[in-house]
Amino acid sequence: MFPETWEFHIAGWINDFTNWLLTTFTAFFDGLSGIILSLLLNIHSGLEAIPWWVYILAIALTSYFTTKKIGLSVVLSLLPIAVGLFGLWDLAIETIAIVLTAVVIAILVGIPNGVLMAEFNRIEGLGRPILDAMQTMPSFVYLIPTMMLFGLGKVPAVLATVVYAVPPVIRLTNLGLRQVSQEVQEAALAYGATRFQLLKEVRIPLAMPSILAGVNQTTMMALAMVVIASMIGGGGLGYEVLVSINRIDVGRGFEAGISVVILAIVIDRLTQGFAKRFEPPSN
Amino acid sequence: MTQQAIEVKGLWKVYGPKKENVPLDQPDKLSKMEESREAVVAVRDVSFSVNAGEVFVVMGLSGSGKSTLIRCLMRLVEPTAGTIKMNGEEVTSLNNQELTQFRRNSAAMVFQHYGLLPHRTVLENVSFGLNLKKVPRKEREERAIELLNTVGLDGWEAYYPANLSGGMQQRVGIARALASDPPILLMDEPFSGLDPLIRREMQEEMVALHEKTHKTIFFVTHDLDEGIRLGDRMAVMRDGLFVQVGTPEEILENPADDYVARFVEDKKELFQEAKKEHGDDENREGMTEDVS
Ligand SMILES: Nc1ncnc2c1ncn2[C@@H]1O[C@H](COP(=O)(O)OP(=O)(O)OP(=O)(O)O)[C@@H](O)[C@H]1O
Ligand SMILES: [Mg+2]
Repeated sequence: MFPETWEFHIAGWINDFTNWLLTTFTAFFDGLSGIILSLLLNIHSGLEAIPWWVYILAIALTSYFTTKKIGLSVVLSLLPIAVGLFGLWDLAIETIAIVLTAVVIAILVGIPNGVLMAEFNRIEGLGRPILDAMQTMPSFVYLIPTMMLFGLGKVPAVLATVVYAVPPVIRLTNLGLRQVSQEVQEAALAYGATRFQLLKEVRIPLAMPSILAGVNQTTMMALAMVVIASMIGGGGLGYEVLVSINRIDVGRGFEAGISVVILAIVIDRLTQGFAKRFEPPSN
Repeated sequence: MTQQAIEVKGLWKVYGPKKENVPLDQPDKLSKMEESREAVVAVRDVSFSVNAGEVFVVMGLSGSGKSTLIRCLMRLVEPTAGTIKMNGEEVTSLNNQELTQFRRNSAAMVFQHYGLLPHRTVLENVSFGLNLKKVPRKEREERAIELLNTVGLDGWEAYYPANLSGGMQQRVGIARALASDPPILLMDEPFSGLDPLIRREMQEEMVALHEKTHKTIFFVTHDLDEGIRLGDRMAVMRDGLFVQVGTPEEILENPADDYVARFVEDKKELFQEAKKEHGDDENREGMTEDVS
């Protein structure tokens, strides 16, 4: 037994600190909360307004035009029907809304940071260990600070998802920009490209496949995190899984689980097909 | 009176240590740093000048510092010491903005591995420099099409570099260099990656092009034949030093040392032939198509 008299708690301080943060920066947290919530609600009502068969059709067409594979397109577009048959369509839309919101924010934050890391070695030196730490941390850990600052609900769920899912897009933006052939970059400089022109005309377009691979990974991680974020009020399919676990309702949990997997497969294939379109022509 | 297009004085490039930590004034210390691989001296106190309209060839074996030298002229590699004057401008003292302007207007470079943008069409590649200068689209496209005609690539505008053979890609590279009509062309082994027949063809076309435009050409090669065929004057480079500078005849007749002599061995006969052939070239049509 560990000696009881040695017990020492920091919980009180942490709570005090959080309270201090919240009272001092009320305007900031409220503002951020409001922006995220309205983004989420707009995306959600937009997604809800689209009839189910439009999704099926859109998946089929997008998949066909990006991959040119008929079989794959048919399977991908039929899979979501199973979600509807389980009666989970609306929850799936709710999940997608949170994922989409989180991915939009992750891209807005992640790509500029990746560019900064590629442009400045010092920032890369600083950022790399932070990203490493973020990616080794178990996803549950992100629930605590976001919950502390934003309580329970959709907004902390989105934020926890953003924080968990943002590393790949930063990393692969940085990597993609750094991998652009030195010779091509040198040629661009020799023709009088400024640093900004080099970035805009040469490095970013050539890093696009890598950046989009990052977006794909970020999306997949966001989907995984949204399920977990249902614990702090994220709702959607994750909540269905959570309820089933609490009630030991294996069948219901299975349906919800399968639906999550279906979302994952469809989103993964679509974003990957899209990324292929951005590869420069080669022979 | 001929004006000097390129004037280089006391140029050094030492890779490794920072510029201010290179002991150029202490040769002993520098050679110790070289021995310990702390520093690599790629260009060693090189001075020369190139007349306007001249084809000046730098020839040397792999690792002799040719690419470093040509990159120093464009300041793609920052020289350790020395001054470079090109087209009346002192390149070594330009600030960033002036350097950008210099690269856009005064000199253009052709690369051994072409250095084309794989995500841009042939047309966009040729007009790349004009695009950077914000020349209006219509104007730069007209110019690009005109140049594609000059290099015999009309009809290939919408293709991507990956669709083209090596020889055709280098034609795009040459058209790109000509786009902003710079007075000086810098070419770093432009034909080394091509197979012999196409290489010959490209050399002939370059001679024709030079006769038409009279641009100053600074040409780097590891191939003595090529140097003799193209150069008005030649420099032989070894371990970062200019071992000998002169006309091809002078170098063939009086090799300055064993190194040059070994290069030159057996080449005299070939040179006589080349000279005869060169006479024929004058009557030949400029650019022929090469689809391989
Ligand atoms: N970025 C660099 N850092 C350190 N050393 C370098 C660098 N670039 C070139 N060198 C060295 O400088 C020397 C000259 O290289 P350079 O590429 O200029 O030779 P080269 O004559 O163009 O050879 P090649 O015919 O192979 O192209 C070589 O010893 C090379 O290893
Ligand atoms: Mg070289």
